[in-house]
Amino acid sequence: MTHAIEGWFAVDADGVFLLGTRCTACGTVCFPPRPGFCPNPRCEGEEMEVTRLPRRGRVWSYTNACYPPPAPFVTAEPYEPVTLAAVELDGAGIVVLGQVAGLTVDQLEVGMELELTSGPLADGPLVWMWRRAA
Amino acid sequence: MTERSEGTHRHSRVVVLGTGMHPWGKWGRSFLEYGVVAAREALHDARIAWTDVQYVVGADTIRNGYPGFVAGASYAQALGWTGARIASCYAACASGAQALDIARTRILAGLCDVALVVGADSTPKGFFKPVGGDRPDDPDWLRFRLLGATNPAYFGLYARRRMALYGSTPDDFAAVKVKNARAGSLNPMARYRKPVTAEEVLASPMVADPLRLMDICATSDGGAAVVLASEAYARRRGVRDLVFLSAVSTVTPTFPNTVLELPNFATDSCAAVPAPERPFRAAIAHAAYEEAGVGPEDLSLAEVYDLSTALELDWMEDLGLCPPGEADKLLREGDTALGGRLPVNPSGGLASFGEAIPAQAIAQLCELTTQLRGRAGARQVPSPRAALAANQGLFGHGSALITTR
Ligand SMILES: [Zn+2]
Repeated sequence: MTHAIEGWFAVDADGVFLLGTRCTACGTVCFPPRPGFCPNPRCEGEEMEVTRLPRRGRVWSYTNACYPPPAPFVTAEPYEPVTLAAVELDGAGIVVLGQVAGLTVDQLEVGMELELTSGPLADGPLVWMWRRAA
Repeated sequence: MTERSEGTHRHSRVVVLGTGMHPWGKWGRSFLEYGVVAAREALHDARIAWTDVQYVVGADTIRNGYPGFVAGASYAQALGWTGARIASCYAACASGAQALDIARTRILAGLCDVALVVGADSTPKGFFKPVGGDRPDDPDWLRFRLLGATNPAYFGLYARRRMALYGSTPDDFAAVKVKNARAGSLNPMARYRKPVTAEEVLASPMVADPLRLMDICATSDGGAAVVLASEAYARRRGVRDLVFLSAVSTVTPTFPNTVLELPNFATDSCAAVPAPERPFRAAIAHAAYEEAGVGPEDLSLAEVYDLSTALELDWMEDLGLCPPGEADKLLREGDTALGGRLPVNPSGGLASFGEAIPAQAIAQLCELTTQLRGRAGARQVPSPRAALAANQGLFGHGSALITTR
């Protein structure tokens, strides 16, 4: 299935993974993947290896879009509010924003555990999403 | 003033000689018109002629091609070419602060005595949207395409986080709007002049849970301008009651920035390097305090970036007006209302003005100056000595100003 963006996440038999970069010199992790130079100002690393980020984390915060977001977002008809969660990945020290599949804001709480999945945008291509941790 | 620091520019200071604004609203005219009205007002207030201005800086708006990206020259042409030196700058919501910084620095360097700084915008209806086309290398475009993450979505995340950390409630957020709307009702330049009730805020449609329509600032048209001058120039002209622009902070975040900022998909990771002592918003304010040689305890008022009601509470803590988690208490006790111990957004804030991006930091300076000159009429804060304005631009542009008497 087409991904809405190439190189930011992977889907295989082991599940859905966000793809980040890790600096081989200092270990700093980035999402979205950032090739080239390490963003740590005290590191001169230039070797950024692509790495699979932890699939689980805890909700840092969440919200929704009660009105349809403008283009280039494509809304489904009829419009259902998009739920968003910012999730602190286990052990990666990084908070990643994503759509939430199968949960509304009323079912979310800060600190709640979520895991990565994927789901289609209204016009078809796949994007990473958060869902209730199994 | 505190003893902690002498301030950076004790002997060579910059004065706000005049201020001007175009009323904010949804007027549907060119940003140039608003900017020129504000500029002429500022020149008039400063009692100088346009031909006296040696340096003009325009804060740019985003309009593809001429003239939005070259606002300095657009305003200079509209006012009539004089051969003045010029700059134009874009730093999203910090554009106005950077424009002020450029002019102030030029004066401090002794390269000119008097400068005009102008910012104005004319906004489309509804959410701020990314520029059109297919641009998958632009994070601002991608956040809409992949997530539908509008600006209010980020404000909603901050608000919900605040509720979880500190127990803030939608009632607290509504109380910010009620306070700012009341102040705005006393400001002839504000777009919204009607006081509102908490019930009205809480009955307005939900936009980005937990924030409702009346918790979120609108997009507006508007313009603001100031005339800056060296202290010597001001004194030569016999100006008394000088208001000094004592600090302009333009700091970036320190790595790793662990707060999710617009338009990013993620924070920096703190796995390899621990989070800095001061998060970005606190760092913006701290740099301004250091430069001006004043502290939060010296402030008589503050204009802060209330893109949402909840964000005003976050900013109060980042500015050091109270410890983390206690902004709601100050609000509930009336400390931050007009007549309170430390009025926050006595102009009415963005809640009453709306966003006119390149103008807003300049408009904040207009309010600080008007208050310090004792000319704010019905919304006047009693005998103010020092005031701070804070703002923040997309992609890590810091913005804070301090004025003193
Ligand atoms: Zn590194």
